[in-house]
Amino acid sequence: MISPFSSTSARIGVIMFILILATILVGGLLVPDPNLQNRPADTRLQGPSFSHPFGTDQLGRDVLARILSGGRLSLSISISVVVLALVIGIFYGAVSAALGGLWDQIMMRIVDMLLSFPLIFLAVTCMALFGAGISYLIIVLALTSWMDIARLVRAEVLSLKSRTFVLRAKASGLGAWRTLFRHIVPQVFATVSVFALLRMADIILIESSLSFIGLGVQPPQASWGSILNDGWPVLAHAWWLSFFPGLAIVLSIFSLHLISTSVKPPLEVHA
Amino acid sequence: MSLLSIENLQTFFYDKNNITKAVDGLTVHVNSGEIVALVGESGSGKSVSALSVLRLVPPPGKIIGGNILYKDKNLLHLSKKEMQAVRGKEIGLVLQEPLSALNPLFKAGEQIAEVMRHHFKWPRKKARVETMLLMEKVRLEDVERIYNAYPHELSGGQRQRVLIAAALAARPNLLIADEPTTALDTTIQKQILELLKNLQNEFHLSLLLITHDLGVVAEIADRVYVMSSGKVVESAPTNELFQNPQHPCTMALIEAMPSMPQGQKLPSPASEPLLHSLSKK
Repeated sequence: MISPFSSTSARIGVIMFILILATILVGGLLVPDPNLQNRPADTRLQGPSFSHPFGTDQLGRDVLARILSGGRLSLSISISVVVLALVIGIFYGAVSAALGGLWDQIMMRIVDMLLSFPLIFLAVTCMALFGAGISYLIIVLALTSWMDIARLVRAEVLSLKSRTFVLRAKASGLGAWRTLFRHIVPQVFATVSVFALLRMADIILIESSLSFIGLGVQPPQASWGSILNDGWPVLAHAWWLSFFPGLAIVLSIFSLHLISTSVKPPLEVHA
Repeated sequence: MSLLSIENLQTFFYDKNNITKAVDGLTVHVNSGEIVALVGESGSGKSVSALSVLRLVPPPGKIIGGNILYKDKNLLHLSKKEMQAVRGKEIGLVLQEPLSALNPLFKAGEQIAEVMRHHFKWPRKKARVETMLLMEKVRLEDVERIYNAYPHELSGGQRQRVLIAAALAARPNLLIADEPTTALDTTIQKQILELLKNLQNEFHLSLLLITHDLGVVAEIADRVYVMSSGKVVESAPTNELFQNPQHPCTMALIEAMPSMPQGQKLPSPASEPLLHSLSKK
């Protein structure tokens, strides 16, 4: 198989994303405790300096340390959400396509219904109803973002269902479900993986938005969104508090988009 | 004794407002150890008949009448589970277009081993060993390499051999080959036909060969059914059919066979160049 990293932009994206991951994982060990507060008044809201490269916040906490630990949280939340959404979406879409007929119609109309809610409002409503918290956040985001995947998988499975190798699998005695999950579903991974990368970028953004409006990650834990939230009231005289977490969000989303847009053609199966 | 008897089979396709009678009153018998050909032009219902026997007619197609007796069991009365045990294990199917009939994501050998593991519940290792033995029986060379190759890395002839091995993996008594040579070039066609004939002997198979090519029929079939618009219009032992065709459809098929111009002689066959011996240099 051709390497998915053969295009330049994909390579840049992969390198960027690996750098971000490495910085977050390794850098987190090298910086001071993100919640360590320097009480003396003169350590609060300090601009970037040698001892605090990204400055400090209102409580005198090191912004670099908070961005690194926030990044770990933001990325692990988005990865968990995407994995959960993939499991639900692939299963739902594949089953819907396999059942066909009336069941397919009903299952897809349910998806249409869920998709007609704007994701962010649905998430806000759920978080407001059930309370904030990381595990809730993951579940709510996963439950609101599997529908696109289900649709995509259904469409792919429908076209794969009539392929000759599927007929051969059935003709050699395999049952319908075994054929579905062994021979059909693996074929959709290439398409779905591209989608999953894009979805991951969306989730980083949505999680940041939710944390920004206070419905996501709760203090004292930091996520990129919640640091932004700390930063905006003092934006006029402490730009670093908003700039650096914003930059982290932009860079990680940008790298994911770079990977996903260029990863697709080489991953397509030669049939 | 008849191994497979298709009696008065009717398979119709239902559209919103019309019915296509793909198979309409087909009667075919295949005896044990016999090679029977089902011949007909495109659209005469050959392939649908094959799929009907395995009850794999794609919707909106439906088997609406007739009987399919295999070893005196009526396949149309079996439950889904019982039917799954017949597919592959009792009746094997070889499809045309060997590339699309293989799953592009699995290694060639694994697709044969899968059938064995499914029907015999063999562990992975045993299935692998047995697969290699079977691959040798279908005259595949360099078995180890081909086992681990993906379908797109194989040649057309190799793929068709892999497919035949997969169809034989669970040791069926009857092999249905639907246009097994159509997608191959002529020299490979001949090899595959010889292989099928040898395997038929070796595995004590009955073979139901579906084709539009009377050349294939002349090569290996014992008896021939000629099919047109969903039913059999003529049936005869192969020799008789060629000497004394009765039905206009049969005559048309015979006339359509390409033949050498009178008085010309074929040059003696040059030995085939071996691709791998060339590329290894």
